[in-house]
Amino acid sequence: MSAVTDAAPIAAPAHPVVQSVRDSLVIAKRNLIRMSRIPEMVIFGLIQPIMFVVLFSYVFGGSMNIGGTTDSSVYRNFLMAGIFAQTVTFATAGAGAGIADDMHKGLIDRFRSLPMARGAVLTGRTLADLVQTALTLFVLAIVALLVGWRTHTSAGEVLAAFGLLLLLGYAFTWVGALIGLSVRTPEAATSGGLIWLFPVTFISNAFVDSSRMTPWLQHVADWNPFSATVQACRKLFGNPGVSPSDAWPMVHPVWASLIWSVLIIVVFRTLAVRKYRSAAA
Amino acid sequence: MPGAIYAEGLVKTFGDVKALDGVDLDVPEGTVLGLLGPNGAGKTTTVRCLTTLLRPDRGRAVVAGVDVLKHPNDVRRSIGLSGQFAAVDEYLTGRENLQMVGRLYQMRPKAAKARAAELLEQFDLADAADRPTKTYSGGMRRRLDLAAALVVSPPVMFMDEPTTGLDPRNRQLLWDVIKRLVSGGTTLLLTTQYLEEADHLAHDIAVVDHGRVIARGTSDELKARTGGERVEVVVHERDDIPTAATVLRGFGKGDITVEEHTRKLTVPVTGGAKLLAEIIRDLDTRGIEIDDIGLRRPTLDDVFLSLTGHVAESKDEDDDTKGPAKRPAKEAAK
Repeated sequence: MSAVTDAAPIAAPAHPVVQSVRDSLVIAKRNLIRMSRIPEMVIFGLIQPIMFVVLFSYVFGGSMNIGGTTDSSVYRNFLMAGIFAQTVTFATAGAGAGIADDMHKGLIDRFRSLPMARGAVLTGRTLADLVQTALTLFVLAIVALLVGWRTHTSAGEVLAAFGLLLLLGYAFTWVGALIGLSVRTPEAATSGGLIWLFPVTFISNAFVDSSRMTPWLQHVADWNPFSATVQACRKLFGNPGVSPSDAWPMVHPVWASLIWSVLIIVVFRTLAVRKYRSAAA
Repeated sequence: MPGAIYAEGLVKTFGDVKALDGVDLDVPEGTVLGLLGPNGAGKTTTVRCLTTLLRPDRGRAVVAGVDVLKHPNDVRRSIGLSGQFAAVDEYLTGRENLQMVGRLYQMRPKAAKARAAELLEQFDLADAADRPTKTYSGGMRRRLDLAAALVVSPPVMFMDEPTTGLDPRNRQLLWDVIKRLVSGGTTLLLTTQYLEEADHLAHDIAVVDHGRVIARGTSDELKARTGGERVEVVVHERDDIPTAATVLRGFGKGDITVEEHTRKLTVPVTGGAKLLAEIIRDLDTRGIEIDDIGLRRPTLDDVFLSLTGHVAESKDEDDDTKGPAKRPAKEAAK
């Protein structure tokens, strides 16, 4: 080891937006490298939704009444939008655990002592999670096609549906980021990132026809941000079981899905970045 | 003009624990200040306040000429931080870690790449550069962490217990790096629980306890405050103790302490080695056989004990000053 030599050249301060994008990409790259070195995490992330597809299709398939029929192939086509949406929300737990782990290991301290854009550590993480979510959705769509799921609309509409799903997933990773910054251990972030997802995804139109729920529960389900995306996907895929409810989000699901997701991003990004800035790890 | 690191009346409270209770520091450019104190004394909290990680409740701090509270991001351009917990991504390789840090210091990709290669070479990590750091030993990780703090050769460095948990060989290696760094003109604030480390590396030492600086000075000054040098003699025969005491009384500058069972006599002196020779001659003339004789200077352990009333490393509880998300004292040197 020899003495430290000349000062390294630092680029002139960039425009804050440019710097923010650049720093976020550096962090996203770091998280993607990590994911590629822990492939089992990605694989488990794939197995779970595939299991759901198979279990729901074959266990519940014959006993669910969708639009007046209990035909299991109808339920399978109804189900997929729900499974896709549920899958993207599970990215929450990954983001939360990852950020909690960084806090725990002192990496967040390192990042916070660097002259980098404030939101970049979190934005980079959520962007990397978005890539993983897209990969998971892709594999899941293939499995869905194999068990008999079909779309009946234009390619543009199908892509739009996947776009809404990714946006919802991205929104939920910001919830995960806030959870990750708020808990003491990565383990707590994993369970804390998952438990609240069960009521959110089950009190919805994802797995059952919400019009058959008790009225107050149906009301919750109709206004659930999650339901809006599921309804929008069913509509855009041309899948059966579009809820006949006249609640605004169910009548205008694409708009409702967009608005909900953007709102979640704005609120939780603001909260998470504020929490990050003051994070006393 | 304030030094490269300057703090005035820093106060930080966590709940009802006063982690910092008015810390004042002034580190002249190009010097090393050792912040010495037991766990929970407020060393880490001080570093966190000065490195913009924590906002003090009260007080003022200036680092590299920039107000820490007013312009934290400008401070971040001029500092390097190396923590107690080797903060490197364990799934990234050493090279990837350093390149990432370089990019986040806003270096251009090419410059970050070149700098990473240079540092890996300097820190003896070139062979392991392309292995995930998960496979590194504790000492290697600590070196990489230090390299990461040096990516832009910052004028001001903070090191929070840089050698805690390292084996003697790695500690020595790290000490060498730190010494070279300082000889290059870097200003360094170093926290440590090891008195030997402060003695070895720091120009100035600030002793911290209960969130306050309770003593400040060079190692020699602090030792002088505790009392000067003394001569210790161990005689071979217990019967010789009274005679030896008479001899020592003639040379000493104070009361003689005698430990009968170890046959050890101690007397405060001034005059150093020359006096020691005279004492040996005198004892020899009187036919007193000695097992051991030596000139002892107080260690920083003595200093700490006399300043705080407790031994430096006696408090074993976790460093509460790190805040709510307390990390377990994970052994970095696995």
